[in-house]
Amino acid sequence: MEYLTLHHLNGSIAILKGVTTASYNETVKITSPGGPPRMGRVLKIEGDTVVALIFEGAAGLSLTSAATKFTGQQMEVALSPEIIGRKFDGFGNPIDGLGRIRSKLRRSINGQPINPVQRSYPRDYIHTGISAIDGLATLIRGQKLPIFSADGLPHDILAAQIATMSGMPPQNSVGRKLRPTELHSPKPQKFATVFAAMGISHETARFFQDSFDESGQAYIMFQNLASDPTAQRLATPRLALTAAEYLAYDLGYHVLVILTDITSYAEALREISSQQGEIPSRKGYPGYMYSDLASLYERAGIIKNKPGSVTQIPILTMPGEDITHPIPDLTGYITEGQIVLSRSLHQKNIYPPINVLPSLSRLMKDGIGEGYTTKEHPAIAAKLFATYAKVEDIRALAAIIGEDDLTPEDKATLSFGKNFEQDFLAQSPQAARSLAQTMEIAKTLL
Amino acid sequence: MTLPGSGKIWGINGPILTVHTGSQFCLGERVAARGLPGEIISLSPGVAVVQSFESTAGLRPGDEVLGLGAPIAVRLRPGIVGNIFDGIMRPLGGDSPEEFYVKMLVKPGQTIAPGDVFAAVQETPVIIFKAMAPPGVAGLVKAAAPDGRYNADAALVTLACGRELSLTQTWPIRSPRPVAARLPATQMLTTGQRVIDSLFPVAKGGTAAIPGGFGTGKTMTQHQLAKYCDADLIIYIGCGERGNEMTEVLEDFSRLVDPRSGQPLLARTVLVANTSDMPVAAREASIYTGVTLAECYRDMGYHVALFADSTSRWAEALREISGRLGEIPAEEGYPAYLATRLAAFYGRAGHVKNLNGSEGSITIIGAVSPQGADFTEPVTQHTKRFVRTFWALDKRLAYARHYPAIDWMQSYSIGCQLHPAARRLLAVLHEENSLLEVAKLMGQDGLTTLQKQLLDAARRIREGFLQQNAYDVADTYTPVAVQVEMMERLLKPLEVSFLRGDKV
Repeated sequence: MEYLTLHHLNGSIAILKGVTTASYNETVKITSPGGPPRMGRVLKIEGDTVVALIFEGAAGLSLTSAATKFTGQQMEVALSPEIIGRKFDGFGNPIDGLGRIRSKLRRSINGQPINPVQRSYPRDYIHTGISAIDGLATLIRGQKLPIFSADGLPHDILAAQIATMSGMPPQNSVGRKLRPTELHSPKPQKFATVFAAMGISHETARFFQDSFDESGQAYIMFQNLASDPTAQRLATPRLALTAAEYLAYDLGYHVLVILTDITSYAEALREISSQQGEIPSRKGYPGYMYSDLASLYERAGIIKNKPGSVTQIPILTMPGEDITHPIPDLTGYITEGQIVLSRSLHQKNIYPPINVLPSLSRLMKDGIGEGYTTKEHPAIAAKLFATYAKVEDIRALAAIIGEDDLTPEDKATLSFGKNFEQDFLAQSPQAARSLAQTMEIAKTLL
Repeated sequence: MTLPGSGKIWGINGPILTVHTGSQFCLGERVAARGLPGEIISLSPGVAVVQSFESTAGLRPGDEVLGLGAPIAVRLRPGIVGNIFDGIMRPLGGDSPEEFYVKMLVKPGQTIAPGDVFAAVQETPVIIFKAMAPPGVAGLVKAAAPDGRYNADAALVTLACGRELSLTQTWPIRSPRPVAARLPATQMLTTGQRVIDSLFPVAKGGTAAIPGGFGTGKTMTQHQLAKYCDADLIIYIGCGERGNEMTEVLEDFSRLVDPRSGQPLLARTVLVANTSDMPVAAREASIYTGVTLAECYRDMGYHVALFADSTSRWAEALREISGRLGEIPAEEGYPAYLATRLAAFYGRAGHVKNLNGSEGSITIIGAVSPQGADFTEPVTQHTKRFVRTFWALDKRLAYARHYPAIDWMQSYSIGCQLHPAARRLLAVLHEENSLLEVAKLMGQDGLTTLQKQLLDAARRIREGFLQQNAYDVADTYTPVAVQVEMMERLLKPLEVSFLRGDKV
C-alpha cells in the first residue's frame, strides 16, 4: 500500500499520518517525481502517525508529491562470496561500476545479540609488528580495540599497518608455540579486511584503498564520505559488520574491520536524535548512545563451532583531545581496551605516537605468556609500565628544580624514558618487528 | 478472580509500547505483546504503557497484548546454581533437568510455618537446595511424599488447607522477600585481597561500591572477589557489559577449583547476563532478578555475595526508558527517582535472621562506571549515600599498572573493625601523601632522615602490600593472618621512631 502525502519534513525526518500498515523498524521506500527512490526506516509509531528516518535526507521532497511504500522488511544486505574486493557506498550501493550483488542470501544489517554461552573467549594474539602494541597492548584475534586519536595524528597509517600485518600468518620463528587449533586446521587460514568509512575525507578513503591494494589482501570497502548523506552513516558500520560476519562465520575468514571515524558516526546519531526532539543526556548525545555503540562493538568476537573471527579496530578522533568526552568515554566502557595516540610524542617525531600508559588491551592477560607469546612477556610488560609511569612525574619535577638537582636514581629513570620512546616506541612504518626483536629491545632498556 | 487484561498496541517507540485497552491490567504485570515478554510500567484509563524485554522490530499497531495475571517473577527451583540466565531469568545455557532426587524433611502431622524447609536436593556438590514453605503459607501437613526422584513441579507436601507444595516457588523480582529480623553486619567477608581485607573491608551483609573510569579494573576486581571471597554462593550480574567478560567467567569458573571445597567455582555461582547488545528493558530487570535469587538462597541460610557489574548501565537503562516516556529529567537526564531505586536495591543487602530461624546474608558489591571518570556524577554520588564501603579506583594507579587500583586516599569502609596495624599503615600512607607534596616543591633534599625513612616505608607498602598480582598463583590470595604479618613487618622500620613519639 502506498501513501501519497507526507505530513511533516525536517532534515532527515519525515512524518506520515493516516498510516494503517506500518511495523516498527521496517524499511520504507519514498519516490518522488524526477528523483531516485529514497530509503527510510520507521523510528516511531503513534497510532496512525509514523515517524521515519530518510537515509538520503529529505531535501527536495514535497509534502504532496512523494509516494511512500512500507516494505514490511528490516533493512537487509545481499551476501555472496563475490562481495570480496568490491567497493560500496555507505548504504551498500556498488560504486566500482561492477553492478549489484545478486544473491538469494540476504541478512538484516542489525545483527542479533550474541549469547555469551555461544562465544568462544579470544586468546590468539595477532602479530602487528609494532612494538608498543605487540609488547604492551597485545591485539587478540576477535578483540575490539579502538584507536583514540585526534585530528592531525597518524591513526590512519597505524590502522593500515595493522591491517596489512594482521593478514600475515602467525610467526613461529619468534619462539611462539602454535595453538592446537592452528596446528590441526585443515586449510591455510584466510584473511580479509572490511573497511567502513563514516564521514571521512576522500583523501583518507583513497589512502586506505591504496594501502589495501598494495598489501594484496582481500578487502571490502563501504564508504560514507563527509559529503554523503548523514543518515546513511548510521547504516554504514552495520552493513560492514554484516559483511564481516558473513566472511568470518560462513566463509571462514579472519576478518579485521576498520571503522573510521566513530566520532562522525556519533555526531550523526546526535543530529538525528535532535531532529526527532529526543531528550538529550550528556553534551546533547542521546541517552541510548551507549546501547547503540555497543550494538556495533559487541559484534566482534569468535563464535563456538564456527570458523573465522571478527576483530574490530574502530578509530575515533577525540573532540578537543578530551578522553572524558562522551564518545571516547562510552567507547572505552564497551571495547576491550584502547590504543591512545599522543600529540606530544607525535611532535617529538616518534611514530607510532602511542601513549602506552592509558593504552590497554584487556584480552592481553589471557593471550600472552608461555604457550602464547613468550614466557617472560608478562613480566617484561609489567616492568616497562611501572618504570615508564615514573618518567612523567620526574619530568614534571625536573621542570621545576632542574635536571641537575635530581637524584641519580631519578636521572636514570629520565634517561630510560628517553630511550624507551626512541628505541622501543619509535619504528619505521614500513618495518615490522618480530616479537623476539621487541622483547630484545625491552630487555636492553631494562 | 477477574480475567487477565488484554489490549492492542497503539504506539511503538524503541522498547516502549503504548497499548489501548478496555480491560484491567495491574501495574508491574507481566504481559505478552504478540508473544514477546513485557511489563506494564504505567497505567491510565484506557491506556497502558509496556516496556518490552525483546526487540520490538516488526511489531505493528493493532497487535494484541495479553496480560499474564502476575508480575515478573523468578522461578526458584533446583538447577539454578552453575547456570547462566538472561535479565528475566530465561536460561542462556540450555534447559536444566526437570527431575531431582528429593530428601523429605517433614512427616504428616507436623505443622510448618512460612520459610520452613520441608525438602532438600543436592543441587551442586557444594549447595543443598532447601525447598521452603513460601512466605504467608503455613499449616498442618496432611500428606508428604516419600524420598525419591520427583519433577520440580510435583506436589511433595499437601497441607490441611489443601495447598500443595512442590520444589518450585515463584517470587516477584521487585518485592523484597520478608525476613524475621535484621542483624548487625559486623563479620568480615574475607576476600584474600590485601587492600580490601586489611584496609577497606566489607562485612557479610554489607554494601560496597567500586567506581572507576574505564580500564581501572572494576571488572577485574569483581572477578577476583567472586573467585576468592568466603561467601557460600556468588550471584554475578553482568549488566550491560561486554559479552566476552561473561564468557570469561563461564570458562574460568568451570576450570578454577575453589580451594575450600575442592569443586569448580561454578558449583557455587549463578550468572545473570544482560550484555550491552541485549535489550535495554531486560537490563533494568536483571538487577532485580539477581537480587531476588540472592534472597531465595539467603532464606535457605547461605551467605550470598552479589556482584552487579555495572550499576551505571542499569541507571542508564532507567534513563533511556524514562526519556522515551517523556518524563521530566533530573540531573544529566537521569530520572528523579534514580536515588530511590538505588536505595531500594542496596537496601536488599543485609545480615538477617530468616523466617525459618536460620541466619543468612546478602553482600552487594556494585561496580559504578562514572561518565568521564568523574565521581561527582549522579550515579556515583547517590550510590555513595547508600553504601558503607567505597573502593575508589584511580586512573593514575591503573596507568602505572598498580592493581588493584584502589585509591587509599579516597576509599573508605564503615562498620568493620580494622586491625591496629592497618590503622597505622593508613596513617603512614596519609603522611606520605603530604610529604610527597613537600618533596615535589623542595626536592628530596629538603626532607629529614625520618621523613625519608617514612617515604621509603610507604613505597614498600604500596609495592609490596597494596599492589597484588591477580595472575600470580602465590600472590593472588593472601590469608588474613598473613596480611597482618606482612603489615607488621612493613611497619617495623618505623616502629622505633613511632614508639619514641618522634615527629616525622
